[in-house]
Amino acid sequence: MIPKRDKQDVGQRLLAAFRAAGAAEIAPDILLPAESLLDLYGEDIRARAYVTTDPIRGEMMLRPDFTVPVVQAHMQGGAEPARYCYLGEVFRKQDMGETRPAHPRDSEYLQAGFELFSRDAAADAEVFALFHGLLAPYGATSETGDMGLLLDAVRALPLTAPRRDALLHHIWRPGRFQRLMERFAVPGVARQFPPEPDGWSGLRDRAEMVARIARLRADAAVPPLPAIWMERLTRLLALRGPVPEVTASLRRLAEDWPGIAEAAQRIEARFARIARLGVDPAGIVFDASHGRATMEYYDGFTFSFRAGPDEWPPVASGGRYDALTRVLGKGRAIPAVGGIIRPGLLAEMEAAA
Amino acid sequence: MIRLGVPSKGRLMEQSFAWFADRGVRLTRSASDREYAGTVEGVEGVALVLLSAGEIPRELAAGRIELGVTGTDLVREKLPGWRSDLIEVAPMGFGHADLILAVPECWTDCRTLDDLASIARDFRAAHGFRLRIATKYHRLVRAHLAAHEVADYQLVDSQGATEGTVANQTAEAIADITSSGATLRANGLAVLDGPPILQSQATLFMARAATGPATDAFLRRLGLDGTKGL
Repeated sequence: MIPKRDKQDVGQRLLAAFRAAGAAEIAPDILLPAESLLDLYGEDIRARAYVTTDPIRGEMMLRPDFTVPVVQAHMQGGAEPARYCYLGEVFRKQDMGETRPAHPRDSEYLQAGFELFSRDAAADAEVFALFHGLLAPYGATSETGDMGLLLDAVRALPLTAPRRDALLHHIWRPGRFQRLMERFAVPGVARQFPPEPDGWSGLRDRAEMVARIARLRADAAVPPLPAIWMERLTRLLALRGPVPEVTASLRRLAEDWPGIAEAAQRIEARFARIARLGVDPAGIVFDASHGRATMEYYDGFTFSFRAGPDEWPPVASGGRYDALTRVLGKGRAIPAVGGIIRPGLLAEMEAAA
Repeated sequence: MIRLGVPSKGRLMEQSFAWFADRGVRLTRSASDREYAGTVEGVEGVALVLLSAGEIPRELAAGRIELGVTGTDLVREKLPGWRSDLIEVAPMGFGHADLILAVPECWTDCRTLDDLASIARDFRAAHGFRLRIATKYHRLVRAHLAAHEVADYQLVDSQGATEGTVANQTAEAIADITSSGATLRANGLAVLDGPPILQSQATLFMARAATGPATDAFLRRLGLDGTKGL
């Protein structure tokens, strides 16, 4: 066991580096109103976050992450571009399933984070290079992705608007996404609906059901998505390898799929910037499906760094979350990119070295 | 002394007593109905502890009873990591109940979990909040919906009269235990097609820490194979 003080020390070092990179330190509350977190993340967050009640303020959560309170603080009066950093505990429950793990994960641990609010495309490279520099001494390896690439890819498929919207909505749920794709790849089957019983019950009104039935009927007549698109999408989702290889594959894929050309160029430009900041892209993995299994959160560039034992979670992770700021800002989006490092894991590596 | 926890009232108690009687162990509740104490005949070294079925999982995990009769639903809902603490000794063949998802039967477009996922998405867009599912089985329902990648819903707590929440517009769907489905139909609700979230029945559980010659002998006395291989 590493004393908490040692983990704090590593955290303070990271914080100092973030300050040196131009960030202003902020210290959000530990007790956060549950409502906005629940609305954003859904029930998944309840399984992960500690929920408590305050007689006056209602349902509260022990801070499960910093992003939401940092975005909210920025929206209350920050100007762009703005760089923030923080160091503090986050609290995560481990809902263990049927068997208790032999080595339960920490339910509270430090995060040191850096968030950059900026419309500039160079922001992604700045954050990644900063994290890379801090983690290189630990022998960390990095993986990256781009949710914007997948979103653009789906938008460019020859699909009806309802089909496209359903795929976009479920892009973060790989199994459901796959089932939808498989359904769209075969001729639709007209579904029989039973006669309506007398009376209506509940808040969902009849018009909502009528609209959905009309949509399902229309959908059954839609011709299947040509098999070539299923192949291309499968190929895209499976793309994984060192950046130079993957960007070359993406370029080839974009010849038949013009809708992803812009995203492919954006990705190449990002890694060119990263290279200019002194990080060799040949040492970075790009995985087209990176970021899909996380909570609905990142919608652009994503990254994670691994170090230490294989079973460890990433020592750092982050990405671009423009859509999250749009939800929190009630339509007013503030492009933002950032990430966190776990000082506790780095402290353990230092102690073991 | 082996402490055996059995539900303290109702059909569940009677059926538990009958199950043990069939195996030569006579359990009786003490004469006064208000006293939750009982006697055990036909076997030495076993004490009867009458408890609410809902408390039996916790008492087993805490080591305050060695064996206990309760529903598989209660163990799975109330004890995260239950397999680390408890052994499922024998299903007892009564107290059958399914944990199911039910929606208003007027939703003729909702027959499967995929339908519910799609309706939840529409509902959230139309109403500005997530479709509400009323239940007291929060962990089981959340885990089931997460495993099937259903999003756009929220759970609302309902500790009783859950079937009424849809008509009262405090929920759009429910997840509850049902044995016959009669209450659901009476409240205008229909169960989704497909396997239930959980099929529960009364089950004899043992605290893992209680494994040993004494409990083994008692289980063999009941005609069970002891705990080897469990």
